[in-house]
Amino acid sequence: MLREPIRRAKNVLKGYPRLPWQSSELRYTANTQLEHLHARYTGTGHADLTKHEWLTHQHRDTLSSIVGHPTLTSFLALADGDSIGRVKFEMTEKMLQPCGPPPRKDDD
Amino acid sequence: MHLYNLTLQPPTAITQAIVGNFSGARQQEIIASHGTRLELLRPDPQTGKISTVISTDVFGSIRSLAAFRLTGGTKDYAIVGSDSGRIIILDYDPKTTSFVKLHQETYGKSGARRIVPGQFLAVDPKGRSVMISAMEKAKLVYILNRDAAANLTISSPLEAHKNAAIIHHIVGLDVGFENPTFAALEVDYTESDQDPTGQAYENAEKMLTYYELDLGLNHVVRKWSEPTDRRANLLLQVPGGQLASSDKYDGPSGVLVCCEDHIIYRHMDAPQHRIPIPRRKHPLNNRDRGMLIVAAVMHKMKGAFFFLVQNEDGDLFKVTIEHEEEEVKALKIKYFDTVPVASSLCILKSGFLFVASEFSNHYLYQFQKLGDDDNEPEYSSTMYPSFGMSDPTRPLPAAFFRPRPLDNLAIADEIASLTPILDSKVLNVLPNSDTPQIFTACGRGTRSSLRILQHGLEVEESVSSDLPGIPNAVWTTKRTEEDPYDSYIILSFVNGTLVLSIGETIEEVQDTGFLSSAPTLAVQQIGADALLQVHPGGIRHVLANGHVTEWRSPTNKSIVAATTNKRQVVVALSSAELVYFELDLEGQLNEYQDRKAMGSTVLALSIGEVPEGRQRTPYLAVGCEDQTVRVVSLDPESTLETISLQALTAPPSSICIAEMMDFSITKVEPVMFVNIGLQNGVLLRTVLDPTSGQLVDTRTRFLGTRPIKLIRVQIQRQPAILALSSRSWLNYTHQNLMHFTPLIFDNFDYAWSFSAELSPEGLIGIAGSTLRIFQIPKLGTKLKEDSIPLSFTPRKFITHPSNHYFYLIEGDHRVIGDDAAAKKLAELRNQGKDIDDEVLELPQEVFGKPSGPAGTWGSAIRIIDPIEAKTVAYIPLDGNEAAFSLAVVPFSARNDDLHLVVGTAADTLVSPRSCSSGFLRTYQFTDDGAGLELLHKTETDDVPLALMAFQGRLAAGVGKALRIYDIGKKKLLRKVENKGFASAIISLHTQGSRIIVGDMQESVSYVVYKAPENRLLVFADDNQPRWVSAVTMVDYNTVAVGDRFGNILVNRLDPKVTDQVDDDPTGAGILHEKSILMGAPHKTKMIAHFHVGDLVTSIHKVAMVAGGREVLLYTCLHGTVGILVPFVSKEDVDFISTLEQHMRQENSSLVGRDHLAWRGYYTPVKAVIDGDLCEAFARLPTSKQSSIAVELDRTVGEVSKKLDQLRVTTSGF
Repeated sequence: MLREPIRRAKNVLKGYPRLPWQSSELRYTANTQLEHLHARYTGTGHADLTKHEWLTHQHRDTLSSIVGHPTLTSFLALADGDSIGRVKFEMTEKMLQPCGPPPRKDDD
Repeated sequence: MHLYNLTLQPPTAITQAIVGNFSGARQQEIIASHGTRLELLRPDPQTGKISTVISTDVFGSIRSLAAFRLTGGTKDYAIVGSDSGRIIILDYDPKTTSFVKLHQETYGKSGARRIVPGQFLAVDPKGRSVMISAMEKAKLVYILNRDAAANLTISSPLEAHKNAAIIHHIVGLDVGFENPTFAALEVDYTESDQDPTGQAYENAEKMLTYYELDLGLNHVVRKWSEPTDRRANLLLQVPGGQLASSDKYDGPSGVLVCCEDHIIYRHMDAPQHRIPIPRRKHPLNNRDRGMLIVAAVMHKMKGAFFFLVQNEDGDLFKVTIEHEEEEVKALKIKYFDTVPVASSLCILKSGFLFVASEFSNHYLYQFQKLGDDDNEPEYSSTMYPSFGMSDPTRPLPAAFFRPRPLDNLAIADEIASLTPILDSKVLNVLPNSDTPQIFTACGRGTRSSLRILQHGLEVEESVSSDLPGIPNAVWTTKRTEEDPYDSYIILSFVNGTLVLSIGETIEEVQDTGFLSSAPTLAVQQIGADALLQVHPGGIRHVLANGHVTEWRSPTNKSIVAATTNKRQVVVALSSAELVYFELDLEGQLNEYQDRKAMGSTVLALSIGEVPEGRQRTPYLAVGCEDQTVRVVSLDPESTLETISLQALTAPPSSICIAEMMDFSITKVEPVMFVNIGLQNGVLLRTVLDPTSGQLVDTRTRFLGTRPIKLIRVQIQRQPAILALSSRSWLNYTHQNLMHFTPLIFDNFDYAWSFSAELSPEGLIGIAGSTLRIFQIPKLGTKLKEDSIPLSFTPRKFITHPSNHYFYLIEGDHRVIGDDAAAKKLAELRNQGKDIDDEVLELPQEVFGKPSGPAGTWGSAIRIIDPIEAKTVAYIPLDGNEAAFSLAVVPFSARNDDLHLVVGTAADTLVSPRSCSSGFLRTYQFTDDGAGLELLHKTETDDVPLALMAFQGRLAAGVGKALRIYDIGKKKLLRKVENKGFASAIISLHTQGSRIIVGDMQESVSYVVYKAPENRLLVFADDNQPRWVSAVTMVDYNTVAVGDRFGNILVNRLDPKVTDQVDDDPTGAGILHEKSILMGAPHKTKMIAHFHVGDLVTSIHKVAMVAGGREVLLYTCLHGTVGILVPFVSKEDVDFISTLEQHMRQENSSLVGRDHLAWRGYYTPVKAVIDGDLCEAFARLPTSKQSSIAVELDRTVGEVSKKLDQLRVTTSGF
């Protein structure tokens, strides 16, 4: 799976409120903080993340990275005998539901 | 180990191109993005030729480009969206010929991420704001304005985010001077992510949303959002807004939504119009898939506008909108012409269409007409009920057109592009060449080719004529200073001189005043209107009135060498004396009272041109037989005094002083170079220090085996030097930097500039007894291309060990092969269908082969003679088979007879990989390798993607299995197998009993074959996954790997492991060793890593210059050719890496990407120094150059000499 590399983790959060586990005082506001982070950074995981959600995020990251790298779209277009425009379009279309519908929840 | 990365040929693919008045002049220019480079192209409206103005590496990945002009401005800026997490506004400065970064605004993390903007750019046509968008959610709007000093200003960003929205495209709406509005094509995934039934996914709607930037309130609002076609992919701006002068509307405003098979006109509160995208009326085309618009351009003329849209086949359609004021009456489409599929289309006001092709060469077309009154069927929205929108869920009845050759367009120019390079070989097959050629299999489909790249400049010959004898020298000259063109050609023979006059014909003339009974040493147009001839017996000064003044050499002494310019003449006598003449103000040639004794026979002399506004050039360079070069003063204060002396390693054969521009030395004025050619074929290039007269900064280069002759010529009105040895070289200035490139042409004995009406920029040369006039059309290029056309996308090619032929496999997915097409046609004919033969006979290079559904393949094997540059044999594959791999195998069971094995598969699907059956086709060579005879076909269960000869048998990577086959009577016989590979084997290499296996996703594994036990054992692999795309063995323990994400790396296995494995006779030890990280028991160590920025398709270990070091040469998908040079000393590593560190500080990336982060995109860069960055040292301002040099404890000259030497000694470039 291709994702953009995750590096310099400390910079990710630079300028934003410190995460709850970094300071005990903030423990009680953990939820609001996390929600804020999730809203801001699509694709960040949380403790209750299901396998399907995680996989969907992975695929969306991969697909958008492919569209964002000109050499990769050229490569796929060549391999599959399509135009680059078609590859980009189909990849973007696939981002809507890359891993099929979510599984049914057991408690319903 | 440390490596130095140098790009020999930058990427040639154009991922996007924009047009605008970037230099602020009237002429329009094109900025092309090559993915990691920006290039400014200037089409000449007169000649229709396109030329490069500048090309710079941006050290980042460019994802989007937009041209932008402030309201009322005359100059366009370029906005760049990249993977740097920054928006960049670039200005082209024509004074310094460079891009200047005006603004760099950071908004997010670097990388081509999902929610970090940079993927799409949309500008307000009135130049007030720009929107930059990510693939999902994030959209930022910047307001652009000018301040009191008319400088461009940029605001802080305004957010127009929409959570959980996937963005397909954005465009700026033309609303005149109302609030800037942007349209976006978005799909929301919130509901489909929640619905386990999949119903929400089915019902998901693609929304066309307008975002309005309220300039008064300074925020962005979502103004309007309506569902549109689910398969929409592209938005196009429709002109709108009122003209300031009148109340007339430019257009109806709104957008065109390009969908699969349809184009829809949409605007807020306006009825929709829908038209179908016509399809080719072709009997074989596959009709079950829709057509997408992949490229489009809108063009506004006075009072009118039109669109050109292009589908996936390359057909262009003209789309027009009929409107009354703001109300659309009809949307119309008709076929325009067919051109290669483009990544960008640009229309220039001068009547040109620039097509930046997805793959292969780019074209500039000239509009012949606009398709206004022809018989093409036109489809209008008025032909359908409620403008085609009566039921938007159902397609409109299919519309058709007949493709035809170009009618509205004519080709004006072509830019060569190697994209995509799929395989390459580096070897020297051409006779008379001492350096290897690079053979690249490039292109896509019917436009693909095998190209032969040779280092050198292409030469275009215009005249070649035989002469009565063999001359030793040739000159051309004007009659007077003001003449635009040359009038005479003077040829010097052993015993005489021949003068030819250039007119409508070239013919001999007698009455020129030149002495014809003696050979000539020099010819010069001197003073205002006189001519000068130097011959062994003296000097003839031919005045304008035909009067001849003659200076005779002293008795028993003859002239052996001479050098002249417009005002000065220096001759050397056989008595080793120098005689100096200077023109006085009356136009009389006066001898200086003293003669200078040199003490050693003079072999060569040179003076430079008289600098403008001066009387004389102050320096003379004299080369003597005692292996010295002396610089002698010609200044009146110290005439003929020796200033400096330089010892040489061999007697000089020729000297040439020329003043040329070289930015790496000084940016202010031309530098006086003293080039000294030695008799052993070595050229010394030194710089004459203008104040002290010393020769400094000496650089050497080996040119050939013959004594060098140096001639000063004019190339593009700039001085250049031709150096003739066993090869001819040209030293010239291009884009203010010095180039030294061989000419790919016959050897010359002598040459000179040649300027006539028909060839104002020509050169004239003599080779034996032929006289040749030629031009150098493509200055600045380093590689000359020759190409052999192919019929399908080339996949791989190999050489034969005993003959010089290439065996190449080609294949295309979704293309009907020639046999299948013929069969299908016959079937259709039998059914009595009417078949349009004219359409079938259209040239396939332009129109392509008929397309089929997924799983259809057209494929062939081709034998190529690279010396003659032609195809020797072409063997199409039948049964929907496609070839994926090939190898020449000497089967020991057949007395080492060579066989060609081709791995094919039938009904192959690419993703997920599947086939009905794979085959190993075994061929015998016939006609000394010029033909093939099929022996048998062996079925396999998966696609054989890699084949290789291994110890007299065949090693094959079939899907996840590595197998060894031996030859049998009816098929190949499987001898041993290892099925433990992760995804698919894509490359095989061997040395001894070791096999290096490259896996598609899981890097390389080291496998050993243990013959006694007949086992294939994996004993080492990599500790991280790698999507391998190319592998080569550097030595027994080391591999160089290229991966799919543009990285190149070197992995090495501990030699102790090698010993242990090789000493184990049965491999039982390896078999029972504990595996590490769920893989092999041993791991390789990564010793070098570098992000090239282009997908590496092949790597070779070769020596590029005769007797030079071996380097790693790599080719990449987008046309990059580069080398990795191993450093030989620790000092060099320290020096160059310190220089690189300084360059990172001084030469910041144009797209704002951190250089270290870019070169370490996926894995931190290791032990590789970026030569491209280091070479940018030459373009730095002088002050920065010297401050870096001081830090390095060296002079600027020493730094650039080191860089030059690294390039020249390893690549010869």
